[in-house]
Amino acid sequence: MDFYQLLISGVSQGCVYGLIALGFVLIYKATEMVNFAQGDMMMLGAFVAITFVNVMGMPFIAGVICAMIVMALVGVVLERLLLRPMIGEPHFAVLMLTIGLGFVLRAVAGAIWGSNPRPLETPYSGQVLRYGELVIGYENLAIVGGTLVLCALLYGFFRFTRLGTAMQAASQNQLAAYYVGIPVKRIYALVWALSAVIATCAGVLTAPVSLVDPLMGFIGIKAFAAAIVGGFGSLPGAILGGIVVGLAEQFAGLYLPPGFADMSAYVILLIMLIVRPQGLFASIQRKKV
Amino acid sequence: MRFIRKTGYQDDIALFRHNGQRFWYGLLLLVLVLAPFGLDRFFLGEFALVFIYAIAGIGLMLLVGYTGLVSLGHAAFLAIGAYAQAYLLASGWSFPVAILAATALTAAVGAVVALPAMRMTGIYLAVATLAFAVIVEHILIGWVSVTGGFRGMLVPQARWLGVDLGGALAFYWLCLGFLLVTLLLALNLLRSPSGRAMVAVRDSETSAESMGIHLARTKTIAFALSAGFTGLAGALFAHKIGYLAPDAFTFLISIQLLLMVVVGGLGSLHGAIFGAVFIGLLPQGLAVMRDTLPPAIGQLPGLEPGIFGLILVLFLIYEPQGIYGRWCKIKSYFEAFPLYRRATHKRQKRYLRTERLQ
Repeated sequence: MDFYQLLISGVSQGCVYGLIALGFVLIYKATEMVNFAQGDMMMLGAFVAITFVNVMGMPFIAGVICAMIVMALVGVVLERLLLRPMIGEPHFAVLMLTIGLGFVLRAVAGAIWGSNPRPLETPYSGQVLRYGELVIGYENLAIVGGTLVLCALLYGFFRFTRLGTAMQAASQNQLAAYYVGIPVKRIYALVWALSAVIATCAGVLTAPVSLVDPLMGFIGIKAFAAAIVGGFGSLPGAILGGIVVGLAEQFAGLYLPPGFADMSAYVILLIMLIVRPQGLFASIQRKKV
Repeated sequence: MRFIRKTGYQDDIALFRHNGQRFWYGLLLLVLVLAPFGLDRFFLGEFALVFIYAIAGIGLMLLVGYTGLVSLGHAAFLAIGAYAQAYLLASGWSFPVAILAATALTAAVGAVVALPAMRMTGIYLAVATLAFAVIVEHILIGWVSVTGGFRGMLVPQARWLGVDLGGALAFYWLCLGFLLVTLLLALNLLRSPSGRAMVAVRDSETSAESMGIHLARTKTIAFALSAGFTGLAGALFAHKIGYLAPDAFTFLISIQLLLMVVVGGLGSLHGAIFGAVFIGLLPQGLAVMRDTLPPAIGQLPGLEPGIFGLILVLFLIYEPQGIYGRWCKIKSYFEAFPLYRRATHKRQKRYLRTERLQ
């Protein structure tokens, strides 16, 4: 029974990693930039949602949608102010920039919302579903369900809308996209907005399980492991990679000595990078000269 | 303007370009050696810390600035050096042997870390080193018999031949001496074929490989040397802080080290030194700033990392060449005084070399 219980919590935790990883991959695919502050965007999104729902007393769904809109704007502004001047700079510079950005976001969140962990009030907090001996929290179900819905929406967006197709084009070949008249710069801004929205979803979904505090963004590093496992260029791979990492963490906690649970994500990351750097669902082959 | 006439290869790789440099660096050295006689004890401690940072900065600069491999996990090497030094001293080794062993051990670990590094580039490597650092941090917590776990361990006093090396004055000279040795080693390395191979690898792996440079060996050497220097800095750092605990070597320290080389100026040893001075004195500046700011802002818990982050962001956007780059620009302004043209240092438009298969 423990096994199934762990399976469920592993999958739900993995979905959170997967959602953050999705943000990484989306930005990387489109702009070849690695946004190390993705975890902190999630933290910020969760705090904004808390402000709308807990503090201003808006209904849950409306509050979350407002938070998404605010975060989309934040994403666009960040892209415009910080990332656009960095177009063409080496990857390393952008990586450092987003790490610095993460520290700044953490300090800002600490200044606005304080450093005490806070819960997000949801209509489903604290309720559980019993199935035989299994006890499943509604929060965990919400995470899995929310992830599925979001994936379906994203699939539809990329498959059936003009904007989604333009984003795909810009991510596959910038120059060609530019030639056929796609406003690549504006697409970049929108990609940042989209990944900020996804980060907000991740934050809102995980907030009832793990409280929200300015340092919660550090799980972004574990999400990075998920993105690498998934191949860093594949959207479904990101979610699956997240689930792999989430499950590994739960089962390492049960079967291995204490301490290994925290390390497992990093161990997986290292093994993955050594054995199969292109990931499980590789879309990047060795560079040709 | 100064024109330097070179008549042979020896001139090209000389340590000092001209007599002016000899004079100014000599003067700087003289001032630093004699400084303890005119300075407060507090400042001696701060300066020693700056020297330690500079040693680590040179180590990281070799890797990031000269070989083009980014490490987000150098705090781990600092930690390994520090713990090795404390453990060896506690087991009765004499100071010079312990510090050499700690350096060598860290270099060996660096070489092992380089094994996966040969297959990775760019962000993948950065993230792998980050994962390595996190794992080392967990090992420090878990390996209680050696490291004392969460409780940490006391660093034995630095003494050799009956001389106490831990006093403010002695420790200052000790750190300065190690910094000079490190600097000399790094300078010589960069004039040698190995150092030039590193620069070639940084500029283009493909062309370096086609020129006959052994990529794996060059990267391994770079990693081992970088780790070794950082381990040396760690060993000195252990004596500086006196008590080791795992939370002294977190991700923030790795970022601080990187901040040092980026803010100082990537790709120059001057940059490492400038960065070390900057990072070493920044906390003091922040402390002063905290007192003058209104308490609501001044007493924020996460202020320091936030300001680190902000400085990093501003430098990357506005002065990617760092403090040393700015220094060079100011110098060339005065060298060419009435004739300086603004376009001389105009940033060229750059295009990213994609890592993707198109």
